[in-house]
Amino acid sequence: MRGIEKIGLGLFLVGVVAFLVIPFLGSYSLSEEMVLAHTKDIHRDKMAELLAPMYAQEYGSSFSFLSAYREQFNPYNEGLKSQQLWDEVIWDDYTFPLAKAALQSPVRDSPWLFFGLSIGLAVLGGFLYNFRQYADEPTGVKNNGVFHSSMKNRGLLGMITGSLLILFYVVLYWFPAYLVNLVAMVDPISVFLSGNPSSQWFLYGLIYTLAILVMGVRMFRKYRGNRYQQLRTASVMFFQTAFAFLIPEILVLLNQPYFDFKNIWPLDYDFFYDYQISTFLSAGGVGMFMLIWGVLLIIIAVPLFTYFYGKRWYCSWVCGCGGLAETVGDPYRQLSDKSLKAWKFERWIVHSVLALAVVMTLLTIANYFSGFSLLGNVTNQLHSFYGFAIGSAFAGVVGTGFYPFMGNRVWCRFGCPLAAYLGIVQRFKSRFRITTNGGQCISCGNCSTYCEMGIDVRWYAQRGQNVVRASCVGCGVCASVCPRGVLKLENGPEQNRINELPIIIGNDSIKIKA
Amino acid sequence: MNKNRHVVIIGNGISGVTCARTLRKLDSDVRITLVSGESKYFFSRTALMYVYMGHMEFRHTQPYEDHFWDKNRIELKQAWVESVDFQAKKLVFESKETMPYDILVIATGSKPNKFGWPGQDLKGVQGLYSKQDLETMEEATQEGVTRAVIVGGGLIGIEMAEMLAYRQIPVTFLVREKGFWDNVLPREEAKLVGRHIREHHIDLRLETELKEILPDSQGRARAVVTSTGEEISCQFVGLTAGVSPQVDFLRNSELEINRGVKVDAFFQTNIPDVYSIGDCAEFDKAPAPDRKNIEQVWYTGRMHGETLAHNLCQTPVPYRPGVWFNSAKFLDIEYQTYGVVPPRAEDAQDFYWEHASGKICFRMRMDSEGKTLGVNVFGMRLSHGFFDQAIREKWTGQKVIAQLAEANFDPEFFAPHHISIQQLFLGEFGGDFRPAKKSFMQKLFGAKV
Repeated sequence: MRGIEKIGLGLFLVGVVAFLVIPFLGSYSLSEEMVLAHTKDIHRDKMAELLAPMYAQEYGSSFSFLSAYREQFNPYNEGLKSQQLWDEVIWDDYTFPLAKAALQSPVRDSPWLFFGLSIGLAVLGGFLYNFRQYADEPTGVKNNGVFHSSMKNRGLLGMITGSLLILFYVVLYWFPAYLVNLVAMVDPISVFLSGNPSSQWFLYGLIYTLAILVMGVRMFRKYRGNRYQQLRTASVMFFQTAFAFLIPEILVLLNQPYFDFKNIWPLDYDFFYDYQISTFLSAGGVGMFMLIWGVLLIIIAVPLFTYFYGKRWYCSWVCGCGGLAETVGDPYRQLSDKSLKAWKFERWIVHSVLALAVVMTLLTIANYFSGFSLLGNVTNQLHSFYGFAIGSAFAGVVGTGFYPFMGNRVWCRFGCPLAAYLGIVQRFKSRFRITTNGGQCISCGNCSTYCEMGIDVRWYAQRGQNVVRASCVGCGVCASVCPRGVLKLENGPEQNRINELPIIIGNDSIKIKA
Repeated sequence: MNKNRHVVIIGNGISGVTCARTLRKLDSDVRITLVSGESKYFFSRTALMYVYMGHMEFRHTQPYEDHFWDKNRIELKQAWVESVDFQAKKLVFESKETMPYDILVIATGSKPNKFGWPGQDLKGVQGLYSKQDLETMEEATQEGVTRAVIVGGGLIGIEMAEMLAYRQIPVTFLVREKGFWDNVLPREEAKLVGRHIREHHIDLRLETELKEILPDSQGRARAVVTSTGEEISCQFVGLTAGVSPQVDFLRNSELEINRGVKVDAFFQTNIPDVYSIGDCAEFDKAPAPDRKNIEQVWYTGRMHGETLAHNLCQTPVPYRPGVWFNSAKFLDIEYQTYGVVPPRAEDAQDFYWEHASGKICFRMRMDSEGKTLGVNVFGMRLSHGFFDQAIREKWTGQKVIAQLAEANFDPEFFAPHHISIQQLFLGEFGGDFRPAKKSFMQKLFGAKV
């Protein structure tokens, strides 16, 4: 390792440690004003009364603060529940806003300093580590030592990284009140962009975007001399930064609805939820444009672009989940399961999620137009189940947390309903395929090993068959790592795209169909 | 024909496995057994280097999942064959266990050449062919190797050099010829590869041969002496001066063997019901004017296997290979060849293009009438189907170059080198076609030539 890489790695680790320590800093003091300011009208008086014993107390940590909160709040709420006074139960979770308001910490006083020490150092270190990689080597495949690496082959480092990621997602989704220091730390950035203080989602979006950018630099280095890989990396970096991160914040600054113009239903599963529709309808021309744009993406863009280019136009060039998988997740792509069994599971699970998302959305829309007379609030329960099981647990905790265990496309392969939709188009009505170069395959297995979607590419290549698979996201890595120039991603005529019984050329004695 | 005849195949490399798979495809009743001492399951020999370098684990080199063999009713027997009793039609394993057969297919592959060098059997001296060779090499290079010497400049030699470079072991590469692999490659290509080898800090010594390998007190290699008299201190010696048929266990039997098992165009040996395919088979007569009597590449092994399987099930046809093709990778530079391009062109004309980087080149060999005989390409990918057709149908060089855009198999957005090649061809040979144009997207985003 060169000096600059060592420095980079060192800074990155310092940043990560700082990031892990920051949530534990400072103290928490709640006042009545805070409670009044951060609770809804209907709960205001009751909350102020319930939490009164906490006023003017100083709590040394988020743990003691939140446990005191629960001591005051839970018995009351549980009591209502046991009496089945459902209308009086306080369903809102005020822990995050109150903890954030009550926080007194050096992080809140000097957010930029702590931002620099944590995220700033991690980003700088990551960049220094990456930006000169392989400088002394000729361009070419850079997979040396992947399976000898503890990080990349489920060793101790991989386990630690995976565990930290899982922990982060669990806290982020279900216990954000413990993260208020970090959220307060990025308040100035959020205020600058949207005029509003930060939420845990802003913190997450910021880290997510920076991670894609830093690891995108790694991709540029790793795939030096490979224009296809570099272009699609630049593309996901752009779409994440501009479309997923900056534009929605700026829309909010301009008093418009928060909207990610490249997020497509059913990945964007709440697009047709009643509150979303209301937001669109109440936001004038811009809101109407967003609604129409979103619908056009679903019914025109997906089939049309997928017909011409395959699902790669979205999955490995535009999508945010894909963007993270292709940059941060790239070191783990070889860990995907290539077995036939995994493929069977994949098809059942991913299409079930698609069916669930479609059914849920149809019910939601029907319910909306019937003025909630059809199902009442049953759709809400469905939404919270989907949000918990699919939106948070599957897409987040498993989807990203499991990178170091099951590869970087667990969500995209087994869970993403949009990938399932794109995949159906790609499989049955598309010009995209991976062409096999005649008889040149030597069955080495690099293509299958490095396929993040777990496609056994070699199975097709060695029998001279084009690869036409619903799951292929067109990352092009199979073609990059092939030592014999056998694979090529192509858009071409549909005729003979799927050659079920190929004949390997080169033998004039006989023609045997595979 | 006995419906339930038992076909036993010795060797589960690409030839034997292709034969077994094709047999099953053509005949659902035949009983098939694959015998190998090397490994129970078929793996891709060509991928052993990637296991050493950590690109893959050994399991990744196995093209079929373990349940594949059961499902296709191909029995696997892991054992070394000691001898064959051709009279009684049975194999004798090292354990003295026996296995009867109705039809025997010998597909035992090759072994590294050793030319009687003093010290060639010392510890730390080996070739690289089998799974066991890989294991020995991993052990021998684990630690304490400050330099390795590789003897013989072929495809396995360059792989070994790349492998050792991964372990950061300095390599001296002794090559007998004037240029790297120049018994196969024309001068420019040999030079191109030579330059790239040196770019990887490999100490390439052309026109240098191995004299002897010197032992230390523990019977390990400690140095080599070259034909120039130089003594090079090293702890590992790779012998990669070609391979020869692995048929020693069959010698001194009634089976006719020269260098390999002698077969006719139907893979039939001198003994009825005994056949031989792949690296270990030696044809009485070369299968085509441009072919050798022993064919030792992956692709020919595959073709032998499928042709023999066909012959065992249907009306036998003689083995007739089509247009020659091959490929390899020299460190970072890929190589593909289609048709016939021997190092020296007799009664032929050559068109040669080389990129300014000196790492990409294209050669087309044409006969005196301008008909395409073959192409070599380095650092760029070309379509097999395209050249198979062009060479078979004897297209003129001009026709091939005019359509070169179609033949380009590089990934999207790569530099369109076919345009430069077309321009040079027009300059040197003339022709009534225009060079291809870059597409709009290519102009906007594509790599520059």
